[in-house]
Amino acid sequence: MQLAVWTYEGPPHVGAMRIAASMSGLHYVLHAPQGDTYADLLFTMIERRKSRPPVTYTTFQARDLGKDTAEVFKTACQHAVERFQPQAILVGASCTAELIQDDPAGLAKALGLSIPVIPLELPSYQKKENWGAAETFYRLVRGFCGGVAPPDRSGRTRKTCNILGSTALGFRNRDDIREVKGILDALGVPVNVIAPLGATPADIARLPEADFNVVLYPEIADTAARWLERTFKQPRSATIPIGATATRDFVREIAALAGVDPEPALEALGERLSWYARSIDSNYLTGKRVFIFGDATHAVAAARICRDELGFKVCGLGTYAREFARDVRAAAADHGVEALITDDHLEVEDAIVAAQPELVLGTQMERHVAKRLRLPCAVISSPVHVQDFPARYSPQMGFEGANVIFDSWVHPLMMGLEEHLLGMFREDFEFNDTAEASHLAALGGKADRQDQTVAANAAHTGAVPQGDIHAPAAETLPVGWTNDAEKELRKIPFFVRGKARRNTERFAAERGVAPITVETLYDAKAYFGR
Amino acid sequence: MSVLERLPQSTGADCATQAAPLRQRGQHEVFCGLTSIIWLHRKVQDAFFLIVGSRTCAHLMQSAAGVMIFAEPRFATAIIDERDLAGMADLNEELDRVVERLLARRPDIRMLVLVGSCPSEVIKLDLPRAAGRLNRLHAPDTRVISYSGSGIETTFTQGEDNFLASLAAELPEAPAAAAPSLMVVGTLADVVEDQFRRLFEALGIGDVAFLPSRKGSELPAIGPNTRLLLAQTWLGTATKALEARGATLIEAPFPLGEQGTTAWLGAAADAFGVTGERFESVTRPGRDRARAALAHHRDDLCGRSVFFFPDSQMEPALARFLHVEAGARILEVGTPYLHRTHMTADLSQLPSDIVLSEGQDVDLQIARCRAADPDLIVCGMGLGNPFEAEGRTTKWSIELVFAPIQGYEQAGDLAELFARPLRRRAALKVEI
Repeated sequence: MQLAVWTYEGPPHVGAMRIAASMSGLHYVLHAPQGDTYADLLFTMIERRKSRPPVTYTTFQARDLGKDTAEVFKTACQHAVERFQPQAILVGASCTAELIQDDPAGLAKALGLSIPVIPLELPSYQKKENWGAAETFYRLVRGFCGGVAPPDRSGRTRKTCNILGSTALGFRNRDDIREVKGILDALGVPVNVIAPLGATPADIARLPEADFNVVLYPEIADTAARWLERTFKQPRSATIPIGATATRDFVREIAALAGVDPEPALEALGERLSWYARSIDSNYLTGKRVFIFGDATHAVAAARICRDELGFKVCGLGTYAREFARDVRAAAADHGVEALITDDHLEVEDAIVAAQPELVLGTQMERHVAKRLRLPCAVISSPVHVQDFPARYSPQMGFEGANVIFDSWVHPLMMGLEEHLLGMFREDFEFNDTAEASHLAALGGKADRQDQTVAANAAHTGAVPQGDIHAPAAETLPVGWTNDAEKELRKIPFFVRGKARRNTERFAAERGVAPITVETLYDAKAYFGR
Repeated sequence: MSVLERLPQSTGADCATQAAPLRQRGQHEVFCGLTSIIWLHRKVQDAFFLIVGSRTCAHLMQSAAGVMIFAEPRFATAIIDERDLAGMADLNEELDRVVERLLARRPDIRMLVLVGSCPSEVIKLDLPRAAGRLNRLHAPDTRVISYSGSGIETTFTQGEDNFLASLAAELPEAPAAAAPSLMVVGTLADVVEDQFRRLFEALGIGDVAFLPSRKGSELPAIGPNTRLLLAQTWLGTATKALEARGATLIEAPFPLGEQGTTAWLGAAADAFGVTGERFESVTRPGRDRARAALAHHRDDLCGRSVFFFPDSQMEPALARFLHVEAGARILEVGTPYLHRTHMTADLSQLPSDIVLSEGQDVDLQIARCRAADPDLIVCGMGLGNPFEAEGRTTKWSIELVFAPIQGYEQAGDLAELFARPLRRRAALKVEI
């Protein structure tokens, strides 16, 4: 039994719903109690879909349990097929129906429907949403492509590919697909099928015709792509085109798989991230500490961008996707940090506090943590929120994705010139601790600033009462500072003062220096200086 | 003057009280009772609601709560996993462990409420018994009670009904010789509660308690001299439990709009022997303000046709308000459960030609709604955008449960909730 306030992933049947809602001509009959229909609003509200997701729930009640819930399922299944006339149906159970063991697969089979039925076994008390989506996609692919002989692809002048993994409620998948499609067009590689987003069951049956698969979201498509590789000798791409360098790698990888020259496409397509990162204003980005948490694909890609393309320092990296823990651990080792593998958001909050980042890249959950800690933040991954479906074109993948990333990760930080001016005018009467940085103006006044310092300070001393990060307290220095040292500390710009104090105190404690003098302050500065 | 005189009279047999509701069995597009926790945990400030359920329950709560509004809300889910189901872990021991950890983290909690879910009901986990055991462990610091909010037994607001029924057993006994007192039952926003409290005081009904109280550690007493006045429409089970404690129910419509509020207050006034003159002078300013506020929206609502999908059990009372006080034409009133006795006063104000439906087959109801082609559809969040995409106008019903809408000062706000989508629709020049 696990205590959860917020969760990163829903149950596995919600993953199956995401696959069903991604496609057309497919309907999902879900054996589930009344109330499980809440999941519809994820699609109609968060993603602002114009239609209900193609799901029929049996919505059985307590009075049905004493009678015949199996009959309720059969009726619902029959009606759904008549009413929606899908090309195929998925059948399965939610957590409660799993307990009553009605066997939706057998019941649907007994109905003798004229369309294919794909049964789903999604263990609700063991697995979660992404696994459910991956399993559902895999079952669909096996169901429609199993038993088919590998096609004869000899004599083709151009190799074709499938794009796999994009789903409803996926983080920016809608725009990523357009971006990746543009890259394939530039390379002259025809796209056979894009799935699951926008595909029909008939399209799924055509997957084997392609020469290779482009896997965009391994969390969703890895299982299916591996099976396709084994069964139809379709190689799969490994590079995720998030970031400028990864996108270039991706173009080269796809070109190699397709047997074409990547250079014309690389020349034709460009991005601005690289130049913006090199421009002198970006100097201030150097070594900014970044904490990264999300699904494995986006978190690993973000870490690479942070270090190689923006010059940040990765001070924390983690994922809630246990299935991909190995990849994240490898990436974390590469960045010299220990991977955080957890689906407990309180543990993530503790890790953020301990890592003392200057920027948080995470999910909506980390956005809220960052807001409480007054840290700049950008969202990089599911679970999604209505804001993650912007009206504008806003991909994460490809070259335009790199541009979007530069803007959305750098803008929450104080701009370089602004930071420089703050330093220059720090003694000015209007430019002091109580004046808010323009980018935080909306957040309020001095009290917030104190909260941040106090929280950060408490974090440093390990005195954070869990769940009580807001504990109001005055900004008082711990004992051990001489008056002169204290005055000197106040001359340091407020936005780095907390860090200077922490470093100095750590430096003093480690060396048994007491009290802290002006000398100690500058000794510590020299010691920690970067 | 009696209550019935205060509400305009219905046209005898030709009203909706006689109508046989349409009952269809099919997909119910409604929330389960767990969803009530979203307002209950804000209302009872020292209570913590612990759902004993599955990942689905936790996911529902965060999806319905608008995703992570509060830093650390006073609710959580103890997620049952396969070790618990396989018997590898003793469920009761696991629950005790989770509760211990929770209370250690939140020593401010005075009332812990274990909430049963579909999985806990199906595996027959005895939560009342678990609550008793935990109560012995943690009382007097923390009182532990339980109720079921499971989807197989409850729809949306019925979660509050079960919670209050469970709370009824915990209320202290009022002395037999206690003076008559009034207990207003059903969660109201604090601002509304304060307004009503002032009105009851002005009427001379001094001893007034609200259930649930703002503090779980300060429960009101109950006894044979307690009179119950329902502020919400979904309290069938709670009412029975409170009546079992000796209290008696004051029959009244619900305090929506100027007329509903007047009749509701009037029923209490009658029960406590308040004179007509005093009632008139106390309520007059509020009635005038409510009428003035309603007048702003009457033009938008008058003559417009409205179709209600089932959501909260408030639908008949809302339909009464829209029809009688705003001149709207009601086509269908869908409600998850129709409590006829509690709804009599409101139903008697509705014409007999409306469709009254109880329960749901959502696909058939959608077809009926399209055929009826109403000016405004009141429905849940799963249906709203799809209807809007068809060019229809909707009001999402959940807001009617969360927003303060009762009483004189909110009568205009209530009308505005319905008028706003219509006004917006008229204002927007964009095509979809």
